[in-house]
Amino acid sequence: MSRRLSPAFVLIALLVCVVVAGPLLSPYAPNAQLDIITLRSQAPSLAHPFGTDAVSRDVLSRVLDGGRVSLALAILSVSLSLVVGTLYGAISTLAGGVIDTTMRRALDIALSIPRLLVLLAVGALWGALSFPALVLLIGLTGWFATARLVTDELRALGALEFAIAARAMGVRGPRLLWRHLMPHLLPTLVITASFGVAGTIALEAGLSYLGLGIQAPQASWGTILRDGAGVAQSEWWLSLFPGLATVFAVLACNALGDALRKQFAPNHVLSVATSRAAAPTRVAGTTSSPALPSSRTVRP
Amino acid sequence: MTISATRDSTTAPDRPLLDVHALQIAFPAGHDVARAVNGISFTVARGESVCLVGESGCGKSLTALSLLRLVPPPGRIEAGSQIVFDGADILTLDDERLRDIRGQHMAMIFQEPMTALNPVLTVGDQIAEVLRVHTTLSRQETWTRTVDMLAQVGIADAGARAKQYPHELSGGMRQRVMIAMALIMSPKLVIADEPTTALDVTIQAQILELLRDLRARTGMALLLITHDLGVVAEMASRVIVMYAGRVVEEANVAELFAAPSHPYTEGLLAAIPKLGQDTERLHTIAGSVPLPTALPSGCTFRDRCPYAFERCATEEPALVQVGSAHRARCHLIEEPARRATRHAVATP
Amino acid sequence: MILRLLQSVAVVFSAATLAFVLLQLAPGDPTTALGEGITPELRATIRAQYGLDDSLATQYGRWLWSLVRGDWGWSRDQHRPVAAVLADALPRSLFLMGCALIVNVVGGMLIGAWQGARAGSRRDRTTSTALLVLCSLPEFWLALVLLVVFVHQLGWLPATGITDEMSRYMSTRQQFVDRVRHLVLPLTSLSLVGIAVFARYQRDAMQESMTQPFVRTARAKGLTESAVRRQAWRSALLPVITLTGLMLPTLVTGAVFVERVFAWPGMGFAMIRAIEARDYPVVSAGVIVGSAVTALGAALADIAREIADPRLRTP
Repeated sequence: MSRRLSPAFVLIALLVCVVVAGPLLSPYAPNAQLDIITLRSQAPSLAHPFGTDAVSRDVLSRVLDGGRVSLALAILSVSLSLVVGTLYGAISTLAGGVIDTTMRRALDIALSIPRLLVLLAVGALWGALSFPALVLLIGLTGWFATARLVTDELRALGALEFAIAARAMGVRGPRLLWRHLMPHLLPTLVITASFGVAGTIALEAGLSYLGLGIQAPQASWGTILRDGAGVAQSEWWLSLFPGLATVFAVLACNALGDALRKQFAPNHVLSVATSRAAAPTRVAGTTSSPALPSSRTVRP
Repeated sequence: MTISATRDSTTAPDRPLLDVHALQIAFPAGHDVARAVNGISFTVARGESVCLVGESGCGKSLTALSLLRLVPPPGRIEAGSQIVFDGADILTLDDERLRDIRGQHMAMIFQEPMTALNPVLTVGDQIAEVLRVHTTLSRQETWTRTVDMLAQVGIADAGARAKQYPHELSGGMRQRVMIAMALIMSPKLVIADEPTTALDVTIQAQILELLRDLRARTGMALLLITHDLGVVAEMASRVIVMYAGRVVEEANVAELFAAPSHPYTEGLLAAIPKLGQDTERLHTIAGSVPLPTALPSGCTFRDRCPYAFERCATEEPALVQVGSAHRARCHLIEEPARRATRHAVATP
Repeated sequence: MILRLLQSVAVVFSAATLAFVLLQLAPGDPTTALGEGITPELRATIRAQYGLDDSLATQYGRWLWSLVRGDWGWSRDQHRPVAAVLADALPRSLFLMGCALIVNVVGGMLIGAWQGARAGSRRDRTTSTALLVLCSLPEFWLALVLLVVFVHQLGWLPATGITDEMSRYMSTRQQFVDRVRHLVLPLTSLSLVGIAVFARYQRDAMQESMTQPFVRTARAKGLTESAVRRQAWRSALLPVITLTGLMLPTLVTGAVFVERVFAWPGMGFAMIRAIEARDYPVVSAGVIVGSAVTALGAALADIAREIADPRLRTP
């Protein structure tokens, strides 16, 4: 591994340790109301490095616990997005022809509907959502981008010709996908996953802040921020520490994504962009005959 | 309006236009240094047509790039090298004077025209850019000259073509565009780095003919880099053969083809299939070019040489005179008797 | 061109359908919003009156027809037609995000191009780290921090809204200054992060562009380094335009959280307010309008891409 990986790895390792060891590190139970009379809304002190909130819960413990929830949510939903998105993208590209065009158009339409608005709408209509429901919701609204990325990548790889050649040799369906195409997709997917987790952590924080994500009394970085929203000026510790924690986690994931990108896909930007752009899939569809990808693919 | 002949140069007529001396180009490789070009010296006279021949990896492209100081980092031209063009010391020139020479007095034609041209600019713009940089002509005049140049290089309907983008032209046309770009300022020396390698055979012939034609009209010197001896036979008056970063033979073209001195040149010539030849197997040179980091001791060619003997492993031959304008780097010149002991080459 | 239009229509249609489906699937029905106290008979009457007992197909048809007609329902919370609510809110969001997008793209391009041409140098590396940290900041948290610091602690800038209450009494110049003062913080929250995202992208594109063979050709022609960089930048524009295109859809939703923090009365703010007030018509209409704007933005992005890269223009 190159040296460049190290700072990112350090951050990630730190993050993982803190999160996994959370329950051991936190001095108190995250939802324990310690002493509602004397210990409410205390500024940070030695006993409570992150202070306490309005019902005398220790904020440090809550941040640690919230971290686990926020991260679990992010990782699970991103995994879901990846799996669904990859399958969709692969099936679309390999099917080719009308099926491919239709699936791609459907994808375009799905991508045009703002994800956040849908999340807000669902949050509004259903009220409080359980953790599994949240994972499903975020995961199932997030796979469109992955599918688009997969279709573009596969096209750039000439997956169609790949597939034709492989089929001519007798390789079929799932085996084709798994053994022949996945190795090429894997770096991109892992990188997407890193950035995806980063984004989802921030998304969850925002949603919970609005009251639409994780619900009280369960701690998550977003809910703590919500608790501190009205009193941001006076009880600043409720806004500062979960925010910093979010920044740290997002930074770690972004750094990892960056490092991976430098390592595995250094010449990605122009080639994917040009092959994306060169394959007129998105809206115009004037010559989007998938049987002729190379005539428009420009690879420097 | 035809292309103007090259302007008078500033040096005395008998001095060579280009004088390269002890050129060394090195790349860092771990803790060591890999010398891709290992002490090359050659000259190009005014109006002369010289071919630089060798296999891939022998350093000929790097040599060409170094003439315009275009060697990409981390490669660098090492101290002790000297390149003198028309009296100017290229390696110590300041940036402004160097830019003055580039494109105007010494120009380069690159190998792969599709990637060597900017895809988002029209070909006309890219050619006109040379004029914009080096002259103060009006826009109208610049455009006129550009279209005219395109016509000179054999592009029909030049006015319309000039407004097209590189991806809209065929490979042959793109190469013509590159030639137009290089010649529009009537440079004294044109370096062509494998100009026909990426083209179809029929187009190759056209491009070579175009180059010959232009040379005849302008009197420019041509340094042609190639690995194809057929091209050499057509274009060169003098040939320099390179191997593993060194010049191994240098001669007039007729003499080189008729009486090569170096086993490598012999091998290259023998490898050309001839019509009417009645053999079952084509001749090859066994082995492959050594990496700059793993050069054999003594003569760098000895592992592939059918005449190699003990002296070849211990002592690197110097470039010695064989004929009036003919030099070669081989012990066989001093010990011709060794030619009798030809043996098979052990492929590693 | 026609196809693009059709695509946009399809998007709006799908969004409308999605909104309908969501409304149907949601627990309870519109009558629950009226409260617990009404009798079952009254509930039944209201249901009949609103046609809530008709078949799904009929309701769907009615839904689409009313959308097309422009009758988007009534906002209980704001006591106005939903269409009016959105008509007020949408331009404000577009304005904020439009400004932010311009700042992001221009700032990002400048920084990224400057960086990418010097790829590998120490300045490049430090800038990269700074940008990485910046784009890891959640926008709404940054907004909170800015709010606390600049509004509460320092009192330099106003906290909420687009204009002061007294704005109509101000002179034109004062009004302009007032608007700017209100715009600064929301714009900064969005831009600090946004510029970082664009700059990173542009930097990579620029670095890659500088390694292309045509850059060497440009140097061989005798161009100055800055002219060479300009040529490389032209080629590096395409990914950034693609990215801008991807970001155009965020014109509507990108500022949701920031709008909430600063009470900027745009689409996001309206949506959140509607959510908290259980004002469903606004919520569903918001989704549809948002999708329409997004589709429009995507179409514009495609056009921009074709202008930027001649390889994409259909002959």
